[in-house]
Amino acid sequence: MIRTLNAPTVRTSLGFVGLALFCLVLADIEVTTLDPWAEFRRMVVGFLTPDFFAIDQLGEAILQTVAFAVLGVAFGAVFGFILAPFFQHFAPLRWACAFIRAIHEIFWALIFIQMFGPSPVTGVLAIAIPYAGICAKVYAEILEEADLRAVRTLPAGTSRVAAFFYAKLPDVWAYMKNYTFYRLECGLRSSAVLGFVGLPTLGFYLESFFSEGYYSEASALLILFFLIIATIRFWMRPKLSWLYVLGAGLVVAITDTTSRFEWAHVVRFFAEDIWPAPIRSAESYDSAFWSSLGDWSWTLFSTQALPGIFATILLTQIALVGTGFLTLLFYPIVSERFFGPVGRTIGHVFLVVARSTPEYILAYIFLQFWGPSMLPAIIALSLHNGAIIGHLVGRHSNELERRADAPRGINLYAFEVTPRVYGQFLAFLFYRWEVIMRETAILGILGIYTLGFYIDSAIADIRIDRAMALILITALLNVVVDICSRSIRKRLRLRTSPDVA
Amino acid sequence: MFDLRDATVSYDGNVVLDGISLRIGLGERVALVGRSGVGKSTLLNLLFEQRRETAALVPQDPGLVRSLSVFHNVFMGRLSLNSVGYNLLNLVWPRKSEVDAVRDVLVSLELEEKLFEPAGELSGGQQQRTSVARALFRDGDALLADEPVSSVDEHQSRAVLASINAVYETTVLAMHDVDLALAYCTRIVGLDGGKIVLDAPADRMTRADLMPLYKGETPGA
Repeated sequence: MIRTLNAPTVRTSLGFVGLALFCLVLADIEVTTLDPWAEFRRMVVGFLTPDFFAIDQLGEAILQTVAFAVLGVAFGAVFGFILAPFFQHFAPLRWACAFIRAIHEIFWALIFIQMFGPSPVTGVLAIAIPYAGICAKVYAEILEEADLRAVRTLPAGTSRVAAFFYAKLPDVWAYMKNYTFYRLECGLRSSAVLGFVGLPTLGFYLESFFSEGYYSEASALLILFFLIIATIRFWMRPKLSWLYVLGAGLVVAITDTTSRFEWAHVVRFFAEDIWPAPIRSAESYDSAFWSSLGDWSWTLFSTQALPGIFATILLTQIALVGTGFLTLLFYPIVSERFFGPVGRTIGHVFLVVARSTPEYILAYIFLQFWGPSMLPAIIALSLHNGAIIGHLVGRHSNELERRADAPRGINLYAFEVTPRVYGQFLAFLFYRWEVIMRETAILGILGIYTLGFYIDSAIADIRIDRAMALILITALLNVVVDICSRSIRKRLRLRTSPDVA
Repeated sequence: MFDLRDATVSYDGNVVLDGISLRIGLGERVALVGRSGVGKSTLLNLLFEQRRETAALVPQDPGLVRSLSVFHNVFMGRLSLNSVGYNLLNLVWPRKSEVDAVRDVLVSLELEEKLFEPAGELSGGQQQRTSVARALFRDGDALLADEPVSSVDEHQSRAVLASINAVYETTVLAMHDVDLALAYCTRIVGLDGGKIVLDAPADRMTRADLMPLYKGETPGA
């Protein structure tokens, strides 16, 4: 019927929209609070009147957030850098990296809290481990792009290490540095969110402000956080980075009051806690053991894993399409093709705020007035990711060729610019698919029934064995989505580039 | 229709057009000739700015949206004449009347078979003809074209120029092919060194009269 809509990109998009609509029918998007707007009004008033007087708490929150981010990203980047040259040569290394980055920072934190409590070690490892996996992959991709002519001119017999540092690394150093900056921005967001599981960062203070209704203080905290993120390029100098790492180390060490490092906890975690209960208590591997292990697995699978997977996929697919819609709505406000300097500045401020606020914090805020359903999660995920991709697509639209007789306004949007950026838009969106799913899973901790909900409950019940099994399942689900995303991008021949999205 | 007075344009300190005055009346068919880099495109764009609401333009770069079909690229010529809702409807579901109207334009350019193919899959010559089709479909009061047949073969060039003349009374074409300029235009304007060095009716000119323009000599001097 509609011959012109037969392009593969359009067919794929419509398929995803159809699937999301179907998911929306199954999803729980009820508003459960009695009077959502009264709380909303109080919150808006609070946010419009930021109160910077609680300077002790604000300073403490920002300092700790930055310190954990700097340390986590520094360790992650160093390990990623060490692994990167071997990344393309060892398949097991690639799998290991895919696995550790498929587990969200919050889940890593929940694991390490079992061993080290809410201590600096927990916070730093929770960021450093997944970031090492991501950095190894992206640094390896950047190294692949290096111009090899310089390497070929080296005298025969030059060692590989010397060749790497002299001829290969200098060519791509600037890209690596840029990417690491971008990682630091992500690290600040991760660090902020770790506060929600008990570390002394922004999320911790935000949660306590919210629970007491101190919205003006919460507003001041978020404004400071945006300023820190927006000014990274001014305060973080590569030459000073070692000073920052040193300073961050001092900050977390001095203010640390929780660490009682006990080797026994670590041993117990690995030797006992993580093993399924039937294995732990087994005396002999008889038929009773197998049937109890079967029961354990079946109960876990049917009552937790399966509903968790179902809700996670449901929410992911809705949020993915929501992100797409908001991206197409947002990108013109930062595009030179549609708005002048004033309009674009307003657009940029809006997008910076939306993409600097982690999904988790957005969802937490929306949840306060809509109650725990999928609705706040959908809005939070779509808003945050739509702002990120909208920014990238808007920037891309500025580079397009211009036609002197081009149409204007909505005609320009629908006929000229959107069709031209659509491929790039889909590439960014499918890159983001896996990220959206990672976030969807952890939003469960807020009480939405995704996998994170069951993981959090298992940990609260001190059933670490179940929590570990569910985290494993979550990671595998992420790997599956990553594979799907790659195959779709390949099929649609979408240009792939290092993920600096 | 066009009235340019003492227009001077320079890029980065290089003077491209130096005090050019040019009047073009209704029904004139003007060929802008001269060596490449002499400022024909700049002059053409200046003229287009004078009537951008009503004139049709064939830019040097076809400026097609590669992911959209030939139909849509041609339909774009009339976006400003329709309501936004109607345009969006046609983006998703082309109306039969519009498809027929676009097909009529494509027939004269021998492109009707490509109606629903993505513009990105066409050859260079086909893309250029699509760009011409867009300007023909625009149905403005004048047509300005920057080398409209540069990537089209001799036989098709004549068909394209004949179609342009069949639709538009007033045309301004930047051309490097002197024979085609003489055959399809009524007035020849020669540019050199940022100035108009020749302005005469086409029927009084021959190929030989124009050759000096391409050698950097002032014709008739």
